[in-house]
Amino acid sequence: MSVGVRRRLGELAKTVRSKNAGVDKITFDIIFSDRDTYELVKRSGVLTMASVAALYGIGEDRISDFVTFDPALAIKFTIYRPAPSGSPGDADIFGAQQYAPLLDIEVPID
Amino acid sequence: MPAQTLRFLCPNGHLGFAPLKTDSFFRGVRSRPDFILADSGSDDIGPGPLGSDTSTSPQEWQRHDLEHMLLAARDLEVPMIIGSAGDTGANSRVDLYVAMIRDIARRHGLAPFRIGWFYSEVPASLVRARMLAGEAITGLDGRPDLALAELEATDRIVAVAGVHPYKALLDQGADVIIGGRSSDSVIFAAPAIRAGYPEALAYYLGKVLECASFNAEPYGGKETVIGEISMTDVKVTAMHPAQRCTVASVAGHAMYERSNPFYEHVAGGRLDMTHCFYEQSDEKTTRITGPSFTPSEEIRVKLEGSGKVGERYVGFVGIRDPYTVAHVDEVIDWARQQVRERFGDDGYQLHYQVYGRNGVMGDLEPLKDRPGHELGVLVFGVAPTREMAEEVTITGTRQMFYARLPEVKGTAGGVAFPLDEVVRASPAYRWTLNHTMRVDDPLELFPLHLDEVRP
Repeated sequence: MSVGVRRRLGELAKTVRSKNAGVDKITFDIIFSDRDTYELVKRSGVLTMASVAALYGIGEDRISDFVTFDPALAIKFTIYRPAPSGSPGDADIFGAQQYAPLLDIEVPID
Repeated sequence: MPAQTLRFLCPNGHLGFAPLKTDSFFRGVRSRPDFILADSGSDDIGPGPLGSDTSTSPQEWQRHDLEHMLLAARDLEVPMIIGSAGDTGANSRVDLYVAMIRDIARRHGLAPFRIGWFYSEVPASLVRARMLAGEAITGLDGRPDLALAELEATDRIVAVAGVHPYKALLDQGADVIIGGRSSDSVIFAAPAIRAGYPEALAYYLGKVLECASFNAEPYGGKETVIGEISMTDVKVTAMHPAQRCTVASVAGHAMYERSNPFYEHVAGGRLDMTHCFYEQSDEKTTRITGPSFTPSEEIRVKLEGSGKVGERYVGFVGIRDPYTVAHVDEVIDWARQQVRERFGDDGYQLHYQVYGRNGVMGDLEPLKDRPGHELGVLVFGVAPTREMAEEVTITGTRQMFYARLPEVKGTAGGVAFPLDEVVRASPAYRWTLNHTMRVDDPLELFPLHLDEVRP
């Protein structure tokens, strides 16, 4: 058994995406193609309200939802936007490109 | 007891935003569904269309889909229902779609049919009167209750309808319904509830169908799907030969664009999908059981409002000098200061998006201290008049050229201009209302109309 092996979330997940959830929030979906990988990442503890808040440099109070969703083999969280979508200064009207930092999260797999 | 099942055909998840794909649509139509339906709205497109009373979708594409759906629905003699007409569901968008339906019917010489429509716009004066009478207009998603100043800053408000106006128009005998702003799911739920199916399954049917083939795999939008409701389950089937509705794709869609995969709020209650059970019933079909629905004690209708911030211009500069890249914030501060000296501290907005550093993510960017070897800076100026917006933007852009960095080697110009001008953009708007308001009668904000369409 190897020790300390890690893989990037971008390699382990089938889908990593972000999108508006209404005008005031952006929601993130991390979806896996098999139950083992999903359970592995869930158990690993690298994806939590605290880790996500730290990654995006926001307080946990800015996260409105953080859930695991077994039927879809998915981990999902939602943040309050800095400003409503499409306001002057908002660079991502659809919230569609906010997921990239999640791809580099390292997941221990042994 | 209703007939054993009813089948609902949905060809598009946001009618008009891109045209429906015709092969899977005709495949679905040949299976003789009981209803043909599509949602046409979204608040995803930003506050501009609602505020400026425009569509973001080209009329050609709106007409393309309405024509295909109308001809099929009249041929099969089944109801056709469109929700949130023309992206925003504003009154002018409903009128536009009703006129298109009449025109398409005339061109094709269709036999007479009844068209029903309803409006969703709410005058600010009505909201103000309720606020002054002590009614709270409750903020959603962490917003405070509506303040009068925020209402004053609003140009247009739409109320988001539940199933009620659709049921009422079907009761009146409408063959075609063009709806104002509505929750996506209710256009499907209304006919199912009216036919006697359980509310929980009816709203779930709407949830699963509202984005058409986004609930199927492999990924591919604008393809037709068909949902079938019985007294005990909902089944959803992909019509495209290469697409399937799988447990993963259908459950995955339950999460799409929503803060939480378990709950969906509509005017009149809440759909709970926590105990949904998904199973593959044939190669292209997934069967869902187990949603529940809780009616609310009072009916609260969601209000969406957009207000104009100002006229808007855009400028762009490039930066290649590594010293300037490292000190881009000082360059921006210099340009801001020149704008401040001309226009003061407020009465306008000036925004800089620094691509190559954190242009896409702003403060959320974890790598903002690792800029690339070159940067592109987009400059937005917003002000009450076009003239002022243009001057704010050109000052905020051109003054970057003159920024005084103490140790920069290049002293002939601090940035690169791909255009020696600024460009007029559409006016800037913002979402002023994302709130709910209590109503006594679920139809009171949605005036109904019915007319016969004759050749």
